[in-house]
Amino acid sequence: MTLANTEPQALNFECETGNYHTFCPISCVAWLYQKIEDSFFLVIGTKTCGYFLQNAMGVMIFAEPRYAMAELEEGDISAQLNDYEELKRLCLQIKRDRNPSVIVWIGTCTTEIIKMDLEGLAPKLEAEIGIPIVTARANGLDYAFTQGEDTVLASMAARCPDKAPVMEAEKKERNAIASLLNFGKKKEDVVVEESEYVKHPPLVLFGSLPDPVVTQLTLELKKQGIKVSGWLPSKRYTELPVLEEGYYVSGVNPFLSRTATTLMRRRKCKLIGSPFPIGPDGTRAWIEKICSVFGIEPKGLDEREAQIWASVEDYLQIIRGKSVFFMGDNLLEISLARFLIRCGMTCPEIGIPYMDKRYQAAELALLEKTCHEMNVPLPNIVEKPDNYNQIQRIKEQNIDLVITGMAHANPLEARGINTKWSVEFTFAQIHGFTNARDILELVTRPLRRNNSLKDLGWDKLVKEEAKI
Amino acid sequence: MKLAYWMYAGPAHIGTLRVSSSFKNVHAIMHAPIGDDYFNVMRSMLERDRNFTPVTISSVDRNVLARGSQEKVVDNITRKDVEESPDLIVLTPTCTSSILQEDLENFVERASIETKSDVMLADVNHYRVNELQAADITLRQIVQLYIEKARKKGDLPEGKTEKPSVNIIGISSLGFHNHHDCTELKRLMADLGIQVNEVIPEGASVHNLKNLPKAWFNLVPYREIGLMAARYLEQEFGMPYVDITPMGVVETARCIRKIQQIINAGGADVDYEDYINNQTLYVSQAAWFSRSIDCQNLTGKKAVVFGDSTHAAALTKILAREMGIHVVWAGTYCKYDAEWFKEEVSEYCDEVIVTEDHGLIGDAIARVEPSAIFGTQMERHVGKRLNIPCGVIAAPIHVQNFPIGYKPFCGYEGTNQIADLVYNSFTLGMEDHLLEIFGGHDTKEVITKGISADSDLGWNKEAQAELNKVPGFVRGKVKRNTEKFARDRGFNVITVEVMYAAKESVGA
Repeated sequence: MTLANTEPQALNFECETGNYHTFCPISCVAWLYQKIEDSFFLVIGTKTCGYFLQNAMGVMIFAEPRYAMAELEEGDISAQLNDYEELKRLCLQIKRDRNPSVIVWIGTCTTEIIKMDLEGLAPKLEAEIGIPIVTARANGLDYAFTQGEDTVLASMAARCPDKAPVMEAEKKERNAIASLLNFGKKKEDVVVEESEYVKHPPLVLFGSLPDPVVTQLTLELKKQGIKVSGWLPSKRYTELPVLEEGYYVSGVNPFLSRTATTLMRRRKCKLIGSPFPIGPDGTRAWIEKICSVFGIEPKGLDEREAQIWASVEDYLQIIRGKSVFFMGDNLLEISLARFLIRCGMTCPEIGIPYMDKRYQAAELALLEKTCHEMNVPLPNIVEKPDNYNQIQRIKEQNIDLVITGMAHANPLEARGINTKWSVEFTFAQIHGFTNARDILELVTRPLRRNNSLKDLGWDKLVKEEAKI
Repeated sequence: MKLAYWMYAGPAHIGTLRVSSSFKNVHAIMHAPIGDDYFNVMRSMLERDRNFTPVTISSVDRNVLARGSQEKVVDNITRKDVEESPDLIVLTPTCTSSILQEDLENFVERASIETKSDVMLADVNHYRVNELQAADITLRQIVQLYIEKARKKGDLPEGKTEKPSVNIIGISSLGFHNHHDCTELKRLMADLGIQVNEVIPEGASVHNLKNLPKAWFNLVPYREIGLMAARYLEQEFGMPYVDITPMGVVETARCIRKIQQIINAGGADVDYEDYINNQTLYVSQAAWFSRSIDCQNLTGKKAVVFGDSTHAAALTKILAREMGIHVVWAGTYCKYDAEWFKEEVSEYCDEVIVTEDHGLIGDAIARVEPSAIFGTQMERHVGKRLNIPCGVIAAPIHVQNFPIGYKPFCGYEGTNQIADLVYNSFTLGMEDHLLEIFGGHDTKEVITKGISADSDLGWNKEAQAELNKVPGFVRGKVKRNTEKFARDRGFNVITVEVMYAAKESVGA
C-alpha cells in the first residue's frame, strides 16, 4: 500500500443497480415551453404522466401553460382508435385555441411500448395542418430528468435552417438572429458593432437557459471578441439559428450529449469540447477553450475570476473543509462537484444517472485537475446509483451536506443530515461568472439555517430505528 | 385520446401506494420506469414525512422491454425482504406494466417462496380505475389476505369484544385532513363509550388485521376509501357498518344515532340523545353560530361546491341546511359514484354537476358568479382569477392543506372548523356591508391618487366618488374597464360622463 501514492490516481467509475429517484424526463416541458415562447408541448401519455406534471410543476399549472396531455385511453392502447385521427383532432384543437408556431410531441413510456410511430405520423400531420411538429422521445425507459431537454433539442437541431437567408449584398450578417438584433439600427452602427468582434467561424451555443443568463454568457464572449451567431433553442421557434456545415458549436450544459452528437453527425458542425460554464472556474475554462479553438488570446480572465472568488469569500468560509455527497439525479453533478471542490469542499461520491465520458471529457479532466490542485481525494463517480446503498454510505461517512432529490431530503434532515434539493440547481441561474454566488447561496442555505438552530438540540427527530 | 392538463383523481397506483404505505412495515415495489416514484416526493413534501417512504421501483427499462423483467422483479422483492424485513411487500403495477402484460402474479409466487415477508400483487387495472377506486380495492385486498391467512392457520379470534367496539376504516396517507379526522373520531368514540378496536390502514400493522372481526361494527368515514373492505367484512362475518360521514352537526348526529341502533341491536343498551343534544347546543359552536347574527348575513348568499363525493356532499348539506346559504350547484369528480352523490345533494342545491373536466367547472363558476367557492386547489385558482374567495374542502391539495395545527373536518370539533372556514371564505359579511355603505376604505383623495399611481389617467372628484359607490368586489374591474375605455378614446381625465360612457360601451 505504500506504493499507492507514487502514481497519480485516476477517477474511479462505478455502476450500480439504477434504483434511484429522479424526475421523469417529460418534466423538461416545464422550462422549455417557457423558454420557447411560440411553442406548444403535447405530452402523449397516460394519467401517470399527467399526475407527475401536475404535481411537480406546482403553481405553474394554473398559469394556462402552453402544454397539455394527450391522455391515452384504453381504446388507444388496444388500437381501437386510430392514432393519426386522434392526434389530428387534438392538434387542430390546439391550433384553434393557441395557434403556436410549433407543436412538440413528447413521446412517453407508453408510446414506446405500444410502438406508436410518432416520427412517422408527424410529417404527414404537419403537412395536413400546416404547423411544424417536432417529436422527442423523452421517456423514463431511456432517460432521466434533464435528459428530456436533450431529446427535444436533438430533434430541434434537425429543424434549424441550413442556409442563412439571402440578404441584400451590402448586409454582412450571417443569420436571422443578428439581423433581428440589429433591427432598426443604422447600417453604419452595425458595421461598427461588427468590428468589435474578431473574425472567426460562426459559433452557435446549445442548451436552454433563462434569457438573462443567455445575455450574460453572450456578453462574456463578446468581451473576448467572440460573436455568438445563434442559440439552440432561441426565444422563438421561428428564430432557430442557422446551422451550416463547418459551424462551431458548444454546449452549456452537461446533459446535452445527444444534441451534441446530432449537431456533429447530422449537421456536420464542429463541437468545442470544454468544461461547462458553471462556477467561475468552469466559466473561465469554457471561455479559454473557445478562445483557443479560434486562436484568440483571452483577455482579463485572471482578474475576472479572482474578483468573483473574492466576492464569495463569505460563503466559502462556511463550506471550506466540509464534505458533500451527490446522490445523483440531474446530470449537473460532475460540474457542481468540480466547482465545490474548488471552493474547498471534499466530495467522496458523485452519483449521476448517466455518464457520457466523451461529451463530458473536458469536464472530467478539469475535475481531476481540480482535485490534484486542491489536494483532495478523487471522488467515486457512481453511474445509475442505488439510493438504498447510498444512504448507508452517507451514514457511514458522516457527510456534511447531501445534494439529493425531494424524496430523500426530509427523511435525511430528520436524521440530522443536512440536505439541499438537487432540483433547485436545475431551475436556478447557475451559469457564468455572475451566478457563482447563486450556486453558493443554494449550497450554503441548509448550513446557514442549521447553524442558527444548532443550539436547540433538535438534530435527530426520529427515534433510533431498531436493527433486526 | 383526451386533451387535458389537470386531473382531479390520480392514477391507480397512487391509490395502491397510499394504502400500502399507510400501514406500518409494508413495502411497495412499483413495476415502473424510472421517474414514476413521484409518490415518494409527495409523501415527503406534502405530508412532511420524517421517514423514507416505503416505496421503491423495480425499474422497467429498454432491457425489460426487450427481454421481460425475468429475475429483476423477484430479485428486487427478495432484496427488500432482507434489507427492510417488511411484513408485507405489495407489488404495484403501473400504466406501463399494465400494457407490458408480464405475469406479475408469477413473480409474486416465485418471490414468496424465498421471502420471510408476505408478497401480494395489487389487483388494479390502470385504464379502468382511478386513485380512489384503487385505494379502496387495495385496502380490501390486504384485509382479505390476512383474514384468509388467519383462517387457514386457525388463529382467527373468536367472538366480539366485551364492550362495544369499532374499527375505523379508510384513514390513509395523503388523505385530506385524515390524521386530524382520525383523532377526532377516536375522541368521539371515547365519548360514546365505544372502544376503538383497529384503525386501518393508517398506522396499522398487518398482523392485527385478523382482529378486525372482534369489533361490533365498522365505521367508514369516507365514501371513497374503505367501503369495499367494510362490505367484505359484512359478507364474511355479518359485521354491520356505518357509512354516514360525521361531517356537520346534523350528519354527525345521524351517524351517532345509527351507531346507537347498531350496538343496541348487538346487545348494548345506550341512549346517545342527551350527548347529541348537549354537544349540539352547548359544546360545539356550530349550531350557535348558525343562529348568531353573523351567520344571518350569509342568508341567501350564493355558493358553489365541488370536490370528492364525501366532502362535496357534506359541505353542500352544511351550507344549505345548517347555514341557509344558497348552493347554486354542487358537483363531484367521482363519476363512478354519481348516483349516490345526486341522491345525497339534489334537494340541497339547484343543480348537480358530475365531471372530471376542470374547464367545465371553471366555466360553471364564472357563469353563476357565487360569493364563495368551496372546492379543490383548482377551484381556488379559478377563484383567484375571478376574484371570488374559495375555501378548500377536498383533494387535490397542496402543502398548505396539510396543516400542522389541529383541523379536523369530522365530528364536533370538525363542525367548528368548517364554520370558521365557511365564515372566513365569504368576504366578512358585516365588513362588506359597511364598505358598501361608506364607499370603501379610501375616503381620502390623497390615498386614492397613490393607489392609482400606475395609471396615467386622473379621476376627477365626482368620478372618484361615483367609483367608490361601486361595490367593493367589482370596483377594481370597473376601474380597469373605465381606464381602458378612456385610454382608447384619448380622454386624460375621467369624469362621471366618461365613466358611464364606458359602462355603456361594455353593455353593463
